Amino acid sequence: MTDRFMLSRRQLLKTSAAGAALGLASAAFPINRAFAAAATVGFIYVGPKDDYGYNQAHAEGAAALKGIEGISIVEEENVPETVDVQKTMESMINLDGASLIFPTSFGYFDPHMLAMCAKFPDVQFRHCGGMWNKDKHPMNAGSYFGYIGMGQYLNGVVAGHTSKTKKLGFVAAKPIPQVLLNINSFLLGARSVDPTITCQVIFTGEWSLAVKEAEATNALVDQGADVITCHVDSPKVVVETAAGRGAFICGYHANQSPLAPEKYLTGAEWNWAKVYKMFVDDLIAGTPLPNFTRGGLADGFVKMSPLGPAVSEPAHKQFDATLAEMMKGGFSVIKGPLKSNKGIVVATEGQAFVETAIELESMDYLVEGVVGSTA
Amino acid sequence: MADTVSSAPAVFGARGYSAALEWIARRAEAFVIPLAALIVGMVLFSLFIALVGKSPLQLYETMWRGGFGSWFSIQNSLSRGAPLLLAALCVALPARLGLVVIGGEGAIVLGGVAAAATGVALSGAPSSIVILAMGVAGMAAGGIWIGAVGALRHYRAVNETISSLLMAYIAIALMNHLVEGPLRDPASLNKPSTQPLADAYRIGNIPGMEVHWGLVVGIVACILSWLLIEKTRWGFAARIAGGNVRAAQVQGLAVGPLIVGFTALAGGFAGLAGMLEVGAVQGSANASLAAGYASWRYMVLQVE
Repeated sequence: MTDRFMLSRRQLLKTSAAGAALGLASAAFPINRAFAAAATVGFIYVGPKDDYGYNQAHAEGAAALKGIEGISIVEEENVPETVDVQKTMESMINLDGASLIFPTSFGYFDPHMLAMCAKFPDVQFRHCGGMWNKDKHPMNAGSYFGYIGMGQYLNGVVAGHTSKTKKLGFVAAKPIPQVLLNINSFLLGARSVDPTITCQVIFTGEWSLAVKEAEATNALVDQGADVITCHVDSPKVVVETAAGRGAFICGYHANQSPLAPEKYLTGAEWNWAKVYKMFVDDLIAGTPLPNFTRGGLADGFVKMSPLGPAVSEPAHKQFDATLAEMMKGGFSVIKGPLKSNKGIVVATEGQAFVETAIELESMDYLVEGVVGSTA
Repeated sequence: MADTVSSAPAVFGARGYSAALEWIARRAEAFVIPLAALIVGMVLFSLFIALVGKSPLQLYETMWRGGFGSWFSIQNSLSRGAPLLLAALCVALPARLGLVVIGGEGAIVLGGVAAAATGVALSGAPSSIVILAMGVAGMAAGGIWIGAVGALRHYRAVNETISSLLMAYIAIALMNHLVEGPLRDPASLNKPSTQPLADAYRIGNIPGMEVHWGLVVGIVACILSWLLIEKTRWGFAARIAGGNVRAAQVQGLAVGPLIVGFTALAGGFAGLAGMLEVGAVQGSANASLAAGYASWRYMVLQVE
């Protein structure tokens, strides 16, 4: 028993690591504090704020509020869609005095945000994803979303001009309506240039899974795709992998051109700054916040990345013309005659679905020309 | 093996003052060492924080305020910690057998899916029976998954760390397949989920607290596990096998059933965590179940 007072090195290391982990875990609690702010606005992200993707787009929107007099911001990143997000919302309300909260991940809505809406009737909650329904949900809840499919159509126009192999590639997370609409829009944009173009899609099955995204990108390039786009939470891996293989890239969620300046053509980006400023202006003015907010390119909810150096003159021209057409309103990406890639008619001759059409929100098909399957 | 010391203070009279002091010191050591280590860790972390130009004091004050500063904060910590108790048992129990199982997440997600499917299938039955059945289904799914890891280890000499990690990916893929395919609620368009559980089958909060019953279940499971390991012959046998498998076999211990039994129990607890996540928090099974409660998966990913 000579070692009875000896500090066990293994134990020390273990617990020191726990101490350090405790410190790391503290990053999970909002550090910004509300000092004498007229209103505190909370933002919650499901991933890191600098993911070059979904979360960065929201964080850029939040950052745009920072200069506004009397508004203070609290943020928390990497919050899972569990009771954690409920407790994060409560912490923002109880400890930071937040009166407006934006839980930005789709999975935060039900049951998490709805539970908090019932518990804190004086706090306003606005969720990104467009689920709010006045018959089912409380008035201090609401949702906002953008029609970004048009952006993928414009991506497709540029991709269609740029592709030499006439094969495009799409790395997608899950076969859900929002993603399917983006894939279909990308291909149809490209087919507006050349109707023989095809687009191979690979679903990774997860919103964020870097290894599979890299494998999918490599597989697409191996099969001859020379322009790649994606719909995953963080396009960083897809962009870097595709550029490394010499393929061109159309971006998504945020501007990824710094990752591959030569190969980046353009990208469909969210412009949440516009949306968040709108809500905060209402908050300052004391007018009720809208419960259901949506918009597309024409409304400034969605924007395109500046065109890259590899975009040709004809591509530039058609891009500008299509964009101008969309800005007028009433543009339809899905219009007949159109079949799914299983041969089922999805739009008959003369039938057209504008971006606001409710039918698009339950899309369960890939259009003719897309190589891939939804199940 | 530091905690096999069990000499009672019966020697007080015989060896007098110094023996008593020694006994107190030995007990105190159990608290002083972790505490000192925690402080060392905090000091080291302060240096990192100072290096990035933030005030460590403000950080720790914020941590305290967020974690323990008020009744709200304490409940906040407890409710985030509840699923971790059961997830941790999926590491701790095999560890006593000398096994490093890091794929508890697989058992959590499959436990959740099994529980959700059971809750929907038994819809209409009395709530106590349904909740019990959900718990059994969750434990069975998790138990089979991690029990298989133990069986592979013992009968096929497959490294349990690697196999449990890889099986977690299979489990998540299986969950995605089930909630996006056969078990999908057609109304869940953009977030594929199973049919929502009826309100009667949801697990509520502990009275007077805003923490669900999972915390109590977790604590009870931890106590039972401690009793199993420290106070029963199976626990004793497991510790022997954990120390030296060959020696345990020479003693005639049934090492195979021990390993499979303990890993299955460990997986069962993780499966129960998944069931509680569905019953108390999510209300249905979906991809949110893979929340990183057994987050070694992510640590390993970082290493990759």
